[in-house]
Amino acid sequence: MAVVKRDCPTCELVAPVLSDLHDRAGLTVITQDDPHFPVDADWVRHDGDLAISWHHDIEVVPTLLRVVEGSEDRRTVGWSRSEWEQFTDLDGLGDGLPDWRPGCGSLSVDPAHTGELTVRFSASGLRSRRVEMAALEDEWESMWDRGWSDGLPVVPPTEARVLRMLEGTTRDPSEIVATVPPALVDCSVEKVAVNAVMAGCTPEHLPVVTAALEAACTDEFNMHGVLATTMSVGPVLVVNGPVAGRIGMNSGINALGQGNRANSTIGRALQLVVRNVGGGRPGGVDRATFGSPAKVGFCFAEDEAGSPWTSLAESRGWRADQSTITVFAGESPRIFADERSRSPESLTRHLAQALQATVSPRMMLGMDAMLVLSPDHMARYADAGWSRDRFMEELSAELLCDADELLAGVRGVAAGLPPAAAGRKVPKFRPGGLLVAHAGGPAGLFSAIIGGWANGPRGSDPVTREITP
Amino acid sequence: MTTVLDPTSETAPATRERARRPESLAGLTVGLLDISKPRGNVFLDRVSERLTGLGATVNRYAKPAFSKPAPVDLRHEIATTCDAVIEALAD
Repeated sequence: MAVVKRDCPTCELVAPVLSDLHDRAGLTVITQDDPHFPVDADWVRHDGDLAISWHHDIEVVPTLLRVVEGSEDRRTVGWSRSEWEQFTDLDGLGDGLPDWRPGCGSLSVDPAHTGELTVRFSASGLRSRRVEMAALEDEWESMWDRGWSDGLPVVPPTEARVLRMLEGTTRDPSEIVATVPPALVDCSVEKVAVNAVMAGCTPEHLPVVTAALEAACTDEFNMHGVLATTMSVGPVLVVNGPVAGRIGMNSGINALGQGNRANSTIGRALQLVVRNVGGGRPGGVDRATFGSPAKVGFCFAEDEAGSPWTSLAESRGWRADQSTITVFAGESPRIFADERSRSPESLTRHLAQALQATVSPRMMLGMDAMLVLSPDHMARYADAGWSRDRFMEELSAELLCDADELLAGVRGVAAGLPPAAAGRKVPKFRPGGLLVAHAGGPAGLFSAIIGGWANGPRGSDPVTREITP
Repeated sequence: MTTVLDPTSETAPATRERARRPESLAGLTVGLLDISKPRGNVFLDRVSERLTGLGATVNRYAKPAFSKPAPVDLRHEIATTCDAVIEALAD
């Protein structure tokens, strides 16, 4: 028996040999694609559903199998005259053909088919409940009605799609990734994959989503509080390290916006897990007064190659060769514009004024923030030779404010610092409370400020986790 | 038919629950949907009399063609204006 496909130059090459072997040794040919290949004959069988190829574990075409009393006792792959002659005990096979040619991949191991074939021919081992939709039911409407969507269309998580998604990780589908709030449900790799399919992720995004979920579901990050708060924050994800380039993430033009599949779907997948597995929904445990577009999903990569500084992840103790994800409780970005500063000192002072207004100009120490410097602003620091440490030091000094100007009641504003703070200098951010990354397009003297949420044990601390396969 | 994997924690039943059945029809608005098969109106005229006698307000609707699902606008109108609906299915 020989398994072949027309879309394989080696199979085409050995077509005359197949006819010869049929005539001399009773060969049966199993053809995967064209039912008339190599010839129209009753000894050529079409494996249209790839069942024969699948059950015989065919990986390469042509594969020559010897079947004795109904069971295989030997096989050879590709074309090798000497091997085929030895295999069949026949001489003079394929006169005029080259001695040897490698085969091609079998259709049954084509990644485009393996998901469907696994579902059809073997138990997938997936444990999630199967939900059947009626024949006339619209899939999107049905998923929406079941409450599975954030309001945007979701991809139906069929078994085949989920199996394909799981090929993106080496982890066992049943392994528990995290306990997801607010319902505190143990979430398996499989459930993450189901939601990643729905969000529109590709398999290579899955390890980033699982790492994001691990990071978000820590006591430090406090996903429950981030969800439940009346403030607008959601998990803002920053990807560092080699994985960002490998999966084609955007750290350049419109990095914080739409248009890149990884950026758009990874953050959304995390939010769908929180919604569907954790049960966290707006109006339920999610009590945000406004919410923000960031809560649909907010994920970007840092532009490390274009930065003279150590990366955000390195500033948090990770190595440059490690792929990591940092989760920060943040709101949508707002733009800080400075098109006039030519010195790092001027730009830093101006930045401090803008950062001072984060959440409220009178709120000190209680809230974190993230600053995303654009390449044009970063150039001011690169030109002057400032390192990340130097920048943070100078910026911190600028963010040390006179408490007297921020006291409750000063300038007719009731909000502010308590009288006990009078006469003191107060920093805007706690140590480590301002995260700085570099991203954005090559033109534009702007940077982006992402306001944070209550920090520390009563709020949220940023968390970084390594992304592993 | 599409089969999908449940993305939730599976603590709620997969089948969606039917709307709660009213205890009484008195004071409710009941839609009568004629699917436009012959003599469905005769049947629904009688149903209408009986419902009105039970204190219900009756709204009459008809599908443009019995062979096709009711148009989305019609379904929306019934869903938003009626408390219950009765559909005349057969000839």
